[in-house]
Amino acid sequence: MLVRAAVLRRGRAVSALFAMIVAAAVATAMLNLYVDVQAKLRREFRNYGANIIVVGRDESGKDGASLPADALAHVDSVLAGRGIAAPFGLVVARTGDGQPIVVAGTDFARVRQLDKWWSVSAWPKAAARQFGDMTRYENQNHYPVASLRAGSVAQNTTWMWQESSPALIGVRALAAVAPKNQGFDLSFQGRTLHVIPAGTVQTGAAEDSRIFVSLPDFVAWTGVQPSTIEVAASGSPEEVAGIMNQLAQAIPASDVRPVRQIMEGEARVLGKTRSTLLAAAALIILTAALCVLSTLMGWVFDRRRDFAIMKALGASGRVLNGFFAAEAAVLGASGALIGFVLGIGIAAWIGRVNFHAPVVPRWSVLPMVLAGSMAVTLLSAILPISLLRRVQPAVILRGE
Amino acid sequence: MFVRLVYESFRRQKRRKLLAGAAITLGVTVATAMIAVATDIGDKINRELRTIGANLVVTPQEDSLDVEIGGVNLKPPTDGAFLNESDLPAIKGTFWHNNITSFAPMLPVTVAMEYGGTREDVTLLGTYFAKLLVYGKEEFTAGVRSTYPLWRVEGAWPDDNGSGVLIGDRLATRIHWKPLQPIALSGRMYHVSGILYTGGPEDDQIVAPLSLAQEILGRPGAVKRVYVSALTKPEDAFARRDPKSLSGAIYDRWYCSPYPQSIAFQLAEAIPHSHAEQIRQIAQNEGAVLTRIEGLIFLITLAALFSSALAVSAAMATAIFERRAEVGLMKALGAGKVAVASIFFAEATLLALIGGMAGFVVGSLLAHQIGHSIFNSEISIPPVLLPVILAIAVIVTFAGSAAAIRRAVGLDPVFALRGEL
Repeated sequence: MLVRAAVLRRGRAVSALFAMIVAAAVATAMLNLYVDVQAKLRREFRNYGANIIVVGRDESGKDGASLPADALAHVDSVLAGRGIAAPFGLVVARTGDGQPIVVAGTDFARVRQLDKWWSVSAWPKAAARQFGDMTRYENQNHYPVASLRAGSVAQNTTWMWQESSPALIGVRALAAVAPKNQGFDLSFQGRTLHVIPAGTVQTGAAEDSRIFVSLPDFVAWTGVQPSTIEVAASGSPEEVAGIMNQLAQAIPASDVRPVRQIMEGEARVLGKTRSTLLAAAALIILTAALCVLSTLMGWVFDRRRDFAIMKALGASGRVLNGFFAAEAAVLGASGALIGFVLGIGIAAWIGRVNFHAPVVPRWSVLPMVLAGSMAVTLLSAILPISLLRRVQPAVILRGE
Repeated sequence: MFVRLVYESFRRQKRRKLLAGAAITLGVTVATAMIAVATDIGDKINRELRTIGANLVVTPQEDSLDVEIGGVNLKPPTDGAFLNESDLPAIKGTFWHNNITSFAPMLPVTVAMEYGGTREDVTLLGTYFAKLLVYGKEEFTAGVRSTYPLWRVEGAWPDDNGSGVLIGDRLATRIHWKPLQPIALSGRMYHVSGILYTGGPEDDQIVAPLSLAQEILGRPGAVKRVYVSALTKPEDAFARRDPKSLSGAIYDRWYCSPYPQSIAFQLAEAIPHSHAEQIRQIAQNEGAVLTRIEGLIFLITLAALFSSALAVSAAMATAIFERRAEVGLMKALGAGKVAVASIFFAEATLLALIGGMAGFVVGSLLAHQIGHSIFNSEISIPPVLLPVILAIAVIVTFAGSAAAIRRAVGLDPVFALRGEL
């Protein structure tokens, strides 16, 4: 009887089901986005760079002391893929004409991922160091060209100190140290490093006045270990706080600090966006539910003749209620299921278009959508029925 | 006759008209509120992002290199060039002055601090806290309190014209500073009005009114840097073009777009002997976050428009379907298809206009409410939205009714009157 009821009045049933599907799809998509948008936006905020800074600390509590050599390994093991960290060692060196300049040693590959806003003309190749004009490889036993003269090279100590390091030069520093982009010497505590500009960096901040060389070159030249590790940890504020705790325990001789401006700014923007999204979701779901309500009520009301005939043929109030309720429940459930699948698709599409990453389907949304759909359909079936029940079947059948 | 038919239809079928009208009102309410929120969300989020800090910096053109590690300047402080404090109010005279939400001048000075038997060199940062400035007839306040709203002070903010200072949180802990105790800087005692928490290098510094730093340095009117917070538009390929290579109308378009580059260009023009540029960490990421959030809200607004259009169509279809018998009667009395359809369309238009107006009013109130509860500020609704919304309401109502009207008009009056369809 249920099936026949649906088949006979196909047009109306289809439009009711369509309304149901659209409502469920929209609700699913909105709820999915609401749950997922936080994670998506957090990823965007990680482009702001570090939200935690690990600074070496001496006994008196002053900054700037070197971190232990294994500090970066500790940070990496604490992070375990939940972020990226880059070490920085800083000294003030002198240029050829005695001008002081800040030289930083860092890991270019890591900085490139951590500080995406750096505008760099060309990153130095981290794997190969320059040796005069010949390329020298990290593994000191392999001199591809100089191998014939390996003995003489090893004995020639001035050659060793004259080794040159490809560097990233801040745009403001460039004018002072290498206006013609040529190599130049830097001295620190009597030791000289020959630097070849590989590219320039522009950030609009302190980096513009600095020279960046690779960390192994920096340590070999100055004997100073990195004093700062910048960490961009991903996750919720609680997860980031957990990572900070673990870092503080793993590296006792350090001060682990949050970068407050980034963390609080992020929290504010995320909070506001989520609230806006919630308001929008509430409005849209309400509209969709009302759309279903009006369509279904029209559909049920339209069938007052069926209702009157059934009643005239002796169906009890309970049977009638049950019949219409079952019909509504089937409609609600099937609409919700199809809508859920569609909604997941819409959310994934929005994720791809806007965030370039799909929104992960949340199965926890399904029971909510299902329950909501059933509630709306039952309500829209029960309301007209309770109105009709008070009317004599004869009146309805006469078309009044 | 036509007018009377429409009029009577409204007078006699109040319940049905009310239902359809309510659906249109609701749909238009949602559409208005969402469009208003979507057009304003960029500005709102931009302002939230501004709390992270300044996105532009102005430095002296002929400045020597900064030799600075962790906020500690390792260079003789008198070295290098300075900007002139009296030039700063001109920032409010630039083309995009309404987009410049705040700025703060900075003058770092190295001072010898003595406290409780310890003596060390620390950086004293001179700045504005919330200083009242005048440009032409316009009065405005500038300073770190609006440029860096996340800076927190335990105690009281010092007066810009006084001699009270703030002590950075880590510095205070390190020297075991006790509240209300004065500290000696370069041989003079200064009142400390509070502890400053910034999460940046200022935590290791003393922050003082600008005039105090100038006095210690012996350079009245000197400013080292100016941090400017401006509402900008995400950068695109056009923004990155060199203004010198542009000409005529293209240059004007570049100059009159609130890109970080063009605002920086105007700042450098406004302040003599200065160089301005974007702080890429802030400016670049801001654009990315803004684009994402705007895109998200735009797509959601589309969803909202779609679902409210559906709601309106569904309500109209139901309303017309219920009136089959009436159509049958009209046709039986000799009305043509066109006559019947035009009556329905006239009714739909009237409903759409009334519902649209009501929805626009309710939607404006709703947007207003959303603005207040989420962003603590007004969401402005451009008046041009009203005709647009009304046009959308009429089109959607027409589209929603069209199918139902076509079916109703196509019915055989005999069947319709007998109620068999």
